[in-house]
Amino acid sequence: MKVEADRDVCIQAGNCVMAADAVFDQDDDGIVVVLVDDIPDDEMDHVREAVKLCPSQALRIVD
Amino acid sequence: MTEAPEVPLHMRRDAFSPVAELREIRETEGVRTVTNAFGMQVHLITRHEDIKNVLSDHERFSNGRPPGFVLPGAPEVSEEELASSRAGNLLGLDPPEHSRLRRMLTPEFTIRRMKRLEPRIAEIVDMQLDAMEIAGPPADLVDNFALPIPSLVICELLGVPYDDRQDFQKRSARQLDLSLPIPERLELQRQGRVYMTSLVQRARQRPGEDILGMLIREHGDELTDDELIGVASLLLLAGHETTSNMLGLGTLALLRHPEQLAAVRDDPDAVGPAVEELLRWLSIVQTAIPRITTTDVEIAGVKIPAGKLVFASLPSGNRDPDFIDSPELLDIRRGAAGHLGFGHGVHHCLGAPLARMEMRIAFPALLRRFPNLALAEAFGDVQFRSFHFIYGLKSLEVSW
Repeated sequence: MKVEADRDVCIQAGNCVMAADAVFDQDDDGIVVVLVDDIPDDEMDHVREAVKLCPSQALRIVD
Repeated sequence: MTEAPEVPLHMRRDAFSPVAELREIRETEGVRTVTNAFGMQVHLITRHEDIKNVLSDHERFSNGRPPGFVLPGAPEVSEEELASSRAGNLLGLDPPEHSRLRRMLTPEFTIRRMKRLEPRIAEIVDMQLDAMEIAGPPADLVDNFALPIPSLVICELLGVPYDDRQDFQKRSARQLDLSLPIPERLELQRQGRVYMTSLVQRARQRPGEDILGMLIREHGDELTDDELIGVASLLLLAGHETTSNMLGLGTLALLRHPEQLAAVRDDPDAVGPAVEELLRWLSIVQTAIPRITTTDVEIAGVKIPAGKLVFASLPSGNRDPDFIDSPELLDIRRGAAGHLGFGHGVHHCLGAPLARMEMRIAFPALLRRFPNLALAEAFGDVQFRSFHFIYGLKSLEVSW
């Protein structure tokens, strides 16, 4: 499973980094960066949480 | 003498909690037409899921105001003056205009950026605690701790001289006091913009190492003075009226829950989740910025026509049992991810990482400096500040 981030929609709240800092980061402008190709198993719950928390619905889990 | 207007339903509380009538709306029809502070009929949204839907749908629920929209009692002004007074106010804009300004500001509020600020915030907190130690006991926690910490931080970040604080601290508090007549509040807003104009002009000539300076260096030719003044005024206002009320009210909440207070004091791992739970449970922002429907909509089965004001009750959404179990309980261990304390959607609080950082440093520092911190007034005498866009305390007498 992968997670996709829409960098145009991102509003730089940083909630994803709080929820899963092994998977998400912010670039210098605060916009989301996905750090991994595939979501590690032990990060899956954190990523789901991040998707739920994203205020602008910029994140999506894809197969 | 005119009688003081009644506090609108969505702003009424019993100490920390929204009044029972708000819960009753959430449990029954979910949406009700109520009267706001200005006597206007507005649609109050009370459920967590509905609030998220409204706040994330900026196309149907706009932060902008249609031409001809005026608040009751507002003096008539020219279109030009109106545009100038609204420029740069991110909370009055929809995408894409909103996104353009927000993107200029967000580099200043990333989590990494906040980590770099951490030592300076800790220093400011220590400085205020030193001052408080000299001032009391007893001492007013609002004057000595809750207000000056975020005020100093936002002044340094933004590039506003802290020596001018007497004027802008008073102005900030009154600008959001919804019991004041609209013309008076508009006048305060105008004075704030006059003050900010002088700072913007100075920064245009000599941009400093602060947000105002950064905006001018990096975006100076894409931003009008009106926009710069608007953005800076909003940040100054938001930096004062939010974290300060969380610090005051949050301290009182912990004093009323001594075991949880002890955890915040003694267990560094408890602090992050505690801040989130306090944000949820206290929900100091009484409603999100009112939205206007751009089309006919339906929320919770209730039809709302186009052009109507929609108020999202954040305290009610944050105490919705469909969102969280035992919502009426303060439980700092649960963390409460997904709360609406910072709003939702494109207008989600820009300063959230800063607010979190300030609280994560300030609460434990206060409780460690004064391990025997206690209320120095009866709980029943504590002066809550209800008739205000942001809930909070007028003062809080403490001893140690």
